[in-house]
Amino acid sequence: MNLAEYKGVYVFAQQVDNEVSGIALELIGKGKELAKDLNTDVTAVLIGSDVKGLVDVLAEYGADKVIVVDDPELKDYRTEPYAHALASVINEFKPDVMLVGATAIGRDLGPRVSARVHTGLTADCTQLDIGDFPMNPVPGKETKHNQLLMTRPAFGGNTIATIACPDFRPQMATVRPGVMQKAERVAGAKAEVIEFNPGFTPDNKYVEILEVVKAVSDVADIMDAKILVSGGRGVGSPENFKILEDLADALGGTVSCSRAVVDSGWKPRDLQVGQTGKTVRPQVYFAIGISGAIQHVAGMEESDIIVAINKDENAPIFDVADYGIVGDLNKIVPALTEQIKAAKAAK
Amino acid sequence: MKIVVCVKQVPDTKGGVKFKPDGTLDRAAMLTIMNPDDKAGLEAALRLKDQYGAEVTVVTMGLPKAEEVLREALAMGADKGILVTDRVLGGADTWATSQTLAGAIRNLDYDLIITGRQAIDGDTAQVGPQISEHLGIPVISYAQKIEVKDNSVIVERLYDDRYHVVKAQMPCLVTALAELNQPRYMTPGGIFDAYKAEITVWGRADLKDVEDSNLGLKGSPTQIAKASDKVRKGAGEKVALDPTEAVAYIMDKLTEKHVI
Repeated sequence: MNLAEYKGVYVFAQQVDNEVSGIALELIGKGKELAKDLNTDVTAVLIGSDVKGLVDVLAEYGADKVIVVDDPELKDYRTEPYAHALASVINEFKPDVMLVGATAIGRDLGPRVSARVHTGLTADCTQLDIGDFPMNPVPGKETKHNQLLMTRPAFGGNTIATIACPDFRPQMATVRPGVMQKAERVAGAKAEVIEFNPGFTPDNKYVEILEVVKAVSDVADIMDAKILVSGGRGVGSPENFKILEDLADALGGTVSCSRAVVDSGWKPRDLQVGQTGKTVRPQVYFAIGISGAIQHVAGMEESDIIVAINKDENAPIFDVADYGIVGDLNKIVPALTEQIKAAKAAK
Repeated sequence: MKIVVCVKQVPDTKGGVKFKPDGTLDRAAMLTIMNPDDKAGLEAALRLKDQYGAEVTVVTMGLPKAEEVLREALAMGADKGILVTDRVLGGADTWATSQTLAGAIRNLDYDLIITGRQAIDGDTAQVGPQISEHLGIPVISYAQKIEVKDNSVIVERLYDDRYHVVKAQMPCLVTALAELNQPRYMTPGGIFDAYKAEITVWGRADLKDVEDSNLGLKGSPTQIAKASDKVRKGAGEKVALDPTEAVAYIMDKLTEKHVI
């Protein structure tokens, strides 16, 4: 493998039902930063059926080039045709870096593709940097510059590791949704468009989709919320979440929850914050009656402001809270809601 | 029908994580369990066995101690346990691990391979799809329901906002979610038999069609640059106030930060 042949930062521009997923724009945003450090550009790889109309939005969010693989076999996500598409793009265009979202699609596509092209894949990254490997010089070992350093949590968020892929290309990572920032949208920006079709011949590896069952959910996506009012087991009952909903309404925010609440059947899984739920970084995160298990903290510690209310003064949530209040949530939350309403009415 | 289930012995992070005095993770002090997603995969295989009759072979890669999870699997009702263990296989990343397991599975007859979606220590979700790629068979990840019909497997494949009902020809690999089922308990007779049962132990020489350059630490494309226990952002203020004061305090902070 001649590593010098591999150039450019590529991102898999995930789309579902011909709508660009938020993670695709987040990856372009991060890709631009990495490309700047590497003095190269960002290419989005758009895979689907009848998806050419999505090129402009990728350009407006910062993609310099868009490679479009458009074929009827690619209508709904299936591992094999998508893996064939992405692996063929890698073999043809030879990217230095290939980023994929750590979604239910990307965490299937990424490993299949990395195994096909024989390279390393680092899962669920929360930080990406360009730097030296080894990070500090080691006598007798060559220091390689301009390597992708991929940082990820492991052991349920208890440890963190930085991983490199010095001898294989592309350097591949899946990246947790909600962690990287989209770039500012530039209306009217254009990208160079390259159409590429490697040919799709169904074989034993092509599965058949018998049915697509969409979850009926009218809840707002907690990953998009600016203010989250999050409740834990300490809220006491599903009925008592009403006081959190009232507070969220007063603030123009959204209710989310901890894993314990989901496991108790009080709230659906798509409201769960944490290692096995969603990663959120709102402007304000209220942790109410949440003890702050490490798995929960892993999903919310990047929030700008964390306000915790808990009656247990030793709750670990206070270790990450900017403002921690030891007290009774049943008394504090409703009174706070009233004051916020009053303050807003006075404006 | 012949089913191969891949399982991993992992530290139980749920029961609290133990640290050594120097602040690093004390793995030896932590209890080990069969990885939850893998256990659900094993249960799915055993249900297919109950329903249609099947031979269930459980494979694990790890230290010699990992034979414990194979005995647990046998006590639950699996037919055969294979431990893949060898010093030269140590330090493997997901590429080298999947090469090792694929090399072991090539020695076996199989219609269906079930792995867990991911292990709770690494959380990568990579090894199942990578094994299927090395073996050239279809993969269906994130299974919340598994059925077998004629020569096909029909799976509910979970996505972020939907599921697909997917049909694949066997042989096929499926990765199981812990939500798939409630694994059965070991039976007393099963435990007794499992401790007498012979575990097959394979080393490097028993792996089929795998090159040395794809195994162990040396065969791993990814390398650790730095590992540390997570440094968390420091705590801010913590106050114990009566409800009226507490509300005033929060209002102050929200106003100061222009939230309201």
